Amino acid sequence: MITITDLSYDRDETPVLRGVDLTLNAGGVKALIGPNGAGKSTLLSLIARLIPMQSGRIMVDDLEIGACANDVLARRLAILPQASEAAPLLTVRELVGFGRYPYHKGRPTAADREKVEDALATFELQALAERRLDSLSGGQRQRAQVAMIFAQDTDYILLDEPLNNLDIAASRGLMRTLQDLAQHHARTIVIVLHDINYAAAYANEIVAMKDGGIVAQGAPQDVVTEAMLREVYGTAAAVHRIDGRVLVGV
Amino acid sequence: MFGRRLLLLTLGLCLCIALYLVWGARGNWGFVLPFRANKLAAMLLVALSVSSATVLFQTITRNSILTPSVMGFDALYLLTLTALIFVLGGQSFMQLPAIGQFLVNTVLMMGAALALFGTLLRRGGSDLFRMILTGIIFAGLFRSVTSFLQRIIDPNEFMVVQANSFARFARVELPLLALAGALTLAALGAAWHMRHRLDVLALGEQTAISLGESPRRGLFQVLILVSVLVSVSTALVGPMAFLGLLVVSVARQITPTVSHAVLLPSAGLVSAITLVGGQLVLERALQSSTPLVVVVDVLGGLVFLTLLLRRTPR
Amino acid sequence: MALALAGMLVALSIISLFVGVIDLSWAALWSEPGAIDLLVVSRGPRTIAVVISGGALAVSGAIMQMLVRNRFVEPMTAGTGQGAALGILLVTLFAPGASILVKMLLASITALGAAVGFLAIVQRLPPVQPLLVALVGLIYGGILGAVVTFIAYQADLLQYVEIWMNGEFSGVLQGRYELIWLVAVVAGLAYLAADQFAIIGMGRTASINLGLNYRQTMVLGLLAISIVTALTVVTVGMIPFVGLVVPNIVARLAGDNLRRTLPLTAMSGAALVLACDIFGRIIRYPYEIPVGTVFGAIGAGLFLWLLHGAKRHVW
Repeated sequence: MITITDLSYDRDETPVLRGVDLTLNAGGVKALIGPNGAGKSTLLSLIARLIPMQSGRIMVDDLEIGACANDVLARRLAILPQASEAAPLLTVRELVGFGRYPYHKGRPTAADREKVEDALATFELQALAERRLDSLSGGQRQRAQVAMIFAQDTDYILLDEPLNNLDIAASRGLMRTLQDLAQHHARTIVIVLHDINYAAAYANEIVAMKDGGIVAQGAPQDVVTEAMLREVYGTAAAVHRIDGRVLVGV
Repeated sequence: MFGRRLLLLTLGLCLCIALYLVWGARGNWGFVLPFRANKLAAMLLVALSVSSATVLFQTITRNSILTPSVMGFDALYLLTLTALIFVLGGQSFMQLPAIGQFLVNTVLMMGAALALFGTLLRRGGSDLFRMILTGIIFAGLFRSVTSFLQRIIDPNEFMVVQANSFARFARVELPLLALAGALTLAALGAAWHMRHRLDVLALGEQTAISLGESPRRGLFQVLILVSVLVSVSTALVGPMAFLGLLVVSVARQITPTVSHAVLLPSAGLVSAITLVGGQLVLERALQSSTPLVVVVDVLGGLVFLTLLLRRTPR
Repeated sequence: MALALAGMLVALSIISLFVGVIDLSWAALWSEPGAIDLLVVSRGPRTIAVVISGGALAVSGAIMQMLVRNRFVEPMTAGTGQGAALGILLVTLFAPGASILVKMLLASITALGAAVGFLAIVQRLPPVQPLLVALVGLIYGGILGAVVTFIAYQADLLQYVEIWMNGEFSGVLQGRYELIWLVAVVAGLAYLAADQFAIIGMGRTASINLGLNYRQTMVLGLLAISIVTALTVVTVGMIPFVGLVVPNIVARLAGDNLRRTLPLTAMSGAALVLACDIFGRIIRYPYEIPVGTVFGAIGAGLFLWLLHGAKRHVW
């Protein structure tokens, strides 16, 4: 469970987050949505300790962000880096291998290697294992990144707008993978998404943000309503419900 | 991985060392050998410290173009040395034992490097070209301020700086050599100990944090190691603008990997072969008096330009 | 602004006339017979040389920035100055007895070659990377400089080369500086083409659209830059950063209309170099610190400020 209490964050003296209180239960896919500048990415970066805390408190289970040692957190929580952050000289197997680093600190055991092979197999990357990352397509590279995070074996996985620059096939593939990770591998996924339809289709829980605060939280069919779209995004989009699924007209 | 190549490089280095020690030696072996061995030791120390400092620095800045010399580290060493003489006066500075001079200067430089590059690298790490440009201008600034201070210091004291900043391989005193050796080995040991963490830090800030490494702490530690290594090499032979860039680029070609356990020794070996072998060719084969540094700088400059041009976005 | 600059320049010039190793006062000018000689033989020429070279270097920097369409380049750091030094070195090596005019001519030719080479490289770089262009310029200049050092080392001329590599005015005396007047003439002629240079700064399409002979203006600008640079290197040596920081600061304050701003650029460059020269004369009196060293420090500091300080302006 991730518990956020009275979290505020200012950038250049402009408030980005204003006293956020939020509880995310373990399990399932949680999507953060909201217009540009709502504070979604900042919130995610704070949970992932990518930026320093200013005020408030974030607990990941029993670990407090900012107080807990980095390498302990690395075995509990992983973040998918932005696509541009991969070192181009690595092979896929090397990259996935780094997912085990929090456990072995550079001296992999047989069990670590097994985990890596397991991750490669799970994401169907064996054929690409010896390929350099810079020779892969964007979707393949991201699959390798996700495999690394899978190998990291953490309870929580955070992703910041991972669908940018992915085509529909790669986007659906990634979202299905995340759903599968949540359902069959007991991972909790927290993901910032731009596209509400992806959020509604794949998330178990949606958190809508606006102006640095939480506006709504709940199951997609409860949160994604025409009233919410008007309030959060200021747009009058129609919401269709087909077979119990929610679809926003664009 | 790459064990054979490392072995071949080691053999090549041994060959160079052997040739260097015996080729063309005439007369009294008892005199020639210690003389050459002293020079050789200095060269090996410089080779190792320059190559390792470059690898470390490239890891922490995450690119293969920046080197400590390009960012002005050795210019900074000369600047702190000059400033020290300027503040203390040449006489009282000379009264310090050679080891004391060296240590005081190294510590000062470490502080300056941490203050300056620590902030700079944390702030502007994303814009590579701005970083390099800043570094080159910094280096120029350090050099200008150094020569400015040198001119202000009495002409007599000016000589002190000259003597300290342009030591040649030939006249390295034994105590200084021993100290330099001890410092280099300590720094290399620390770097070797960090090798797995370096592998992770090279993956980028976000990935490193996610894997439980602190980039800030890594940056801090690497800057300290780089300061020590640059101090050693600059104190021994003076600034070597492009040696690090040249040998690390070559090492990356010979052993194309990101693993520091391979890269650090590989770069060290290439660097040692370049210095010892190059000196061998220039001194014995071509009988030329041109310092190797000048040749290395022209070659390294060309490598730098190629790397830059290849970096242009496709 | 122009008036204030002019006033400052005059004041600095007067100070420059009366500052130096030998005492010279206003009163002595009328009573002591040697005083006038000192003024005519040494202080006068020196002040004139500083003003002309400072102004012309700033102007050539502004022109080069228009030709390359990049604000971070200037002749002294992007290889033109090093090219000139190479030319002088070659004349000294192969025709030691050649007259100063031959020296000057060859230095101008090699400087031109270096400038053309730089432009050829720049045209292959992506235009969206202005800092890369500056960087390549610095390295290009550095490599040319290393070649000069290498040849000089082989020929045992290193001491000699140092004189051109670091600008200094203490050697300026009547009878040994007159070439610098030619620099003033070239810079003045370049001013006649100020509008053309301003247009070329807008790019090839705009130039052609406005009916400019793109090639001809380019050649003209390169010639002006090369001659100014070569003559300055021959007479006083290299002064880095003048051509870089002065046009940038002037452009920030007064814009890019060269017809209006080039005189300001020239006056600012002259005033800044003169101030540095006077500073170098008095800081360690009676010794002198070369102006190249003083400006190297101040100019680098200013450049860093341009690079990191007020980012939100022109770039």
